Amino acid sequence: MFSYLVRRTLYGALILLGVNLLTFFLFFTVNTPDDMARLNIGGKHITQDLIDKWKIERGYDKPLYVNDAKQGAEKFTDTIFWERSVSLFELRFGRSDAESAGDIGPEVRRRMGVSVQLALPLFTLQVFASTAFALLLVMFRHTRLDFWGVVTCVLMLSISSLIYIIAGQVMFSRLLKVAPISGYVPGWDVAKFLLLPIVLSLLARLGTEARLYRAMFLEEISKDYVRTARAKGLSETVVLFRHVLRNALLPIVTSAGAYLPYVFLGSLVFESFFGLPGLGAYVIDAITKQDFAVVRTMVFVGSLLYIATFVLIDVAYTWVDPRVRLG
Amino acid sequence: MSPKFVLLWTDATTWALILCMVVYAVAVARSPNLKASWRKVFRDAPALCSSLILGLCVLLTAADSIHYRNALPPVPGTPRGVVAYDTVTRSGLDWLLSSLIESREDTYSRPLDYLSYRRDTASINGQLQRISPRLKHGGAHLSDPDHQWAADLASRVGTGLVLGLALAVACALALFGLLARTRRAGFLETAASVWRKEGDIPWRAGLWTLVVMATLVGVTVSLMGAYHVFGTDTTGNDVLYQSLKCIRTAFVIGSLSTIATLPLAVVLGIMAGYFRGWVDEVIQYFYTVLSSVPNILLIAACVLMVQVFLDKHPDMFETGVERADVKLALLCAVLGLTGWASLCRLLRAETMKLRELDYVQAANAFGVSATRIMVRHVFPNVAHLMLIVTVLDFSSLILYEAVLSYVGVGVDPSMNSFGGMLNLARKEMSLDPMVWWSFFAAFGFMVTVVLSVNLFADGVRDAFDPRARAFRPRLPVTRKPAAQARNQG
Repeated sequence: MFSYLVRRTLYGALILLGVNLLTFFLFFTVNTPDDMARLNIGGKHITQDLIDKWKIERGYDKPLYVNDAKQGAEKFTDTIFWERSVSLFELRFGRSDAESAGDIGPEVRRRMGVSVQLALPLFTLQVFASTAFALLLVMFRHTRLDFWGVVTCVLMLSISSLIYIIAGQVMFSRLLKVAPISGYVPGWDVAKFLLLPIVLSLLARLGTEARLYRAMFLEEISKDYVRTARAKGLSETVVLFRHVLRNALLPIVTSAGAYLPYVFLGSLVFESFFGLPGLGAYVIDAITKQDFAVVRTMVFVGSLLYIATFVLIDVAYTWVDPRVRLG
Repeated sequence: MSPKFVLLWTDATTWALILCMVVYAVAVARSPNLKASWRKVFRDAPALCSSLILGLCVLLTAADSIHYRNALPPVPGTPRGVVAYDTVTRSGLDWLLSSLIESREDTYSRPLDYLSYRRDTASINGQLQRISPRLKHGGAHLSDPDHQWAADLASRVGTGLVLGLALAVACALALFGLLARTRRAGFLETAASVWRKEGDIPWRAGLWTLVVMATLVGVTVSLMGAYHVFGTDTTGNDVLYQSLKCIRTAFVIGSLSTIATLPLAVVLGIMAGYFRGWVDEVIQYFYTVLSSVPNILLIAACVLMVQVFLDKHPDMFETGVERADVKLALLCAVLGLTGWASLCRLLRAETMKLRELDYVQAANAFGVSATRIMVRHVFPNVAHLMLIVTVLDFSSLILYEAVLSYVGVGVDPSMNSFGGMLNLARKEMSLDPMVWWSFFAAFGFMVTVVLSVNLFADGVRDAFDPRARAFRPRLPVTRKPAAQARNQG
């Protein structure tokens, strides 16, 4: 187990290195810092002096990969690539490209808290609701309930999440006035602001997940051990909850776990629609303001979380299924 | 003077794709295996019905993929032989719907209304009153709208219904005729057997879909010239026109992006599965790196780069449409280049299984080269996976476009797309009184398109992947009376 974790972590670091190279290539080679400066300063009259000043302020005034002016190891370390990469791995994110905004690090930490507030209850409810709905359909398989349940799922997954949000906001906030349209307050009062996004997000993904889980359950049900259990004279409920549910948990953990990074990264669309100052809204802001430093940082943080999640999923396997040994 | 035809990037690829589909259809007709599989697809009633809707959408997309610029009348003073062209690029669909483009109002108007949504203050008999002015085009032919409107609407709906039904009946008769010829049966006999749902292909369900579609199209067409069927948006443009234009954007994104994933996914996936060893390790590393970046961030990063590139070269494009089109093509390329990991993983696993099979081992023993084995023996046996993933991804990409447009990294704002419409609708829904028609139009069109794609994709998956069929929900079978069963036995 331990050696497995070490191996996975090392491979994860290698992957992160690749991600870093990829993003660096995208952000600095395809477009040079000069282009970024021009875009960020905006306006018609941009002089080279202004660009140089902008670059020095943000530390972009070095060669990209190789610094010919320096000697020895500094030839490679005194470059933008080295500095940016090392600081990312040390989780120092530097300042954002925007004029007024400050350091990225504290901002990320603060916003991550907000994102978790929305996403953790959402994630738990999501897994629970989808599993419950899928189990219900499986319990009544080959009946009208199952048929129309799947039809509802297909219909629900054909609707864009934007439509759920817009319709939900109009219905619950404007017409019924049961929840505020958007906003955020620190502390426990935040619950009333979180209610609507959680419910809508739940609905938006229920169709996809319930249908997927149903297929997983049905796959388990067709296996031999289920027939044995029934032959023993166990009731259908016991078979379903004791045997099938336990065994179907493994694929469910995999597919639900893939959403874990978003627990921290936040849901891009939901956060910005409901005015929650989480990481998702941060990314959208950065994209619309073309703040490359923030986008790059978020790509890095996102991949870090993603890699960590997959190690976690592997560990969760051993807990869900004692037959799995990590070695 | 003849107009100048413009071949946009996405036009060229769309037409190439349609050509490929035709070639594939011919190949299917020649191969008994493929033919049997596709027959299975159409045996599924939802798949058959949705394929009709998709067919209409493909027709609209094709019509919207012929672009031209009109020649301007010669201006005195310009040398002879030099023709100036309009800066506005139009498409075949625009030509069909030119009445909708020309009937532009000033601002919002409700669906089928003859009054503007705006209220002006006017003095009537010396009193200041808030009245809505008449629309410039919607219902402009009515002299006394208060009394004539309902009757006019009813007569137009009636004409549309009759025309639509006539079209549907014509199609049904043509179908019966064709079926009667292939089955070598009488015309009435065939019609009766279709009505009794006999035969393996659910023609009756398809005909009902056709009737619904034809009446809807008929009613819309007969109302379209005189009214704004789905109202107008803030700048007075017809919402129906916009919704129809969105279909092309959705289809281009759905098809081109999935096509763009194929080369990388297929080549790398088969190579990784076949060679294993270090090749496998390297390819796995590549797609793990790609898939460990949250998808939307990677796309946003790439699209931002495209944006900067386009901003840097503003003189590359003659018209705004060309620019928007290149942006769309690049968006598809970005979606393709960032989305190949999952298909690649799937193909790798499948190839690993296939390479151990006897026929591949035999080919190997005969000294057939690795490339040839991969092309001749492995690829045809994973092709069905490619097809399934392609159609399954199609709908999620249409949904994804909406989110990307909201985030600001989607298609060009000047191009009609469902995402753009929803984005605007969000603001309109918060107006008071509510402007709901854009939202409902976008909702209706989008759900119809995505739902049909999903149903069709499910049919394709069930037909080509036998394992998937077990999960299909079935209505309880009503048992035939015992007497009948005895008679048959």
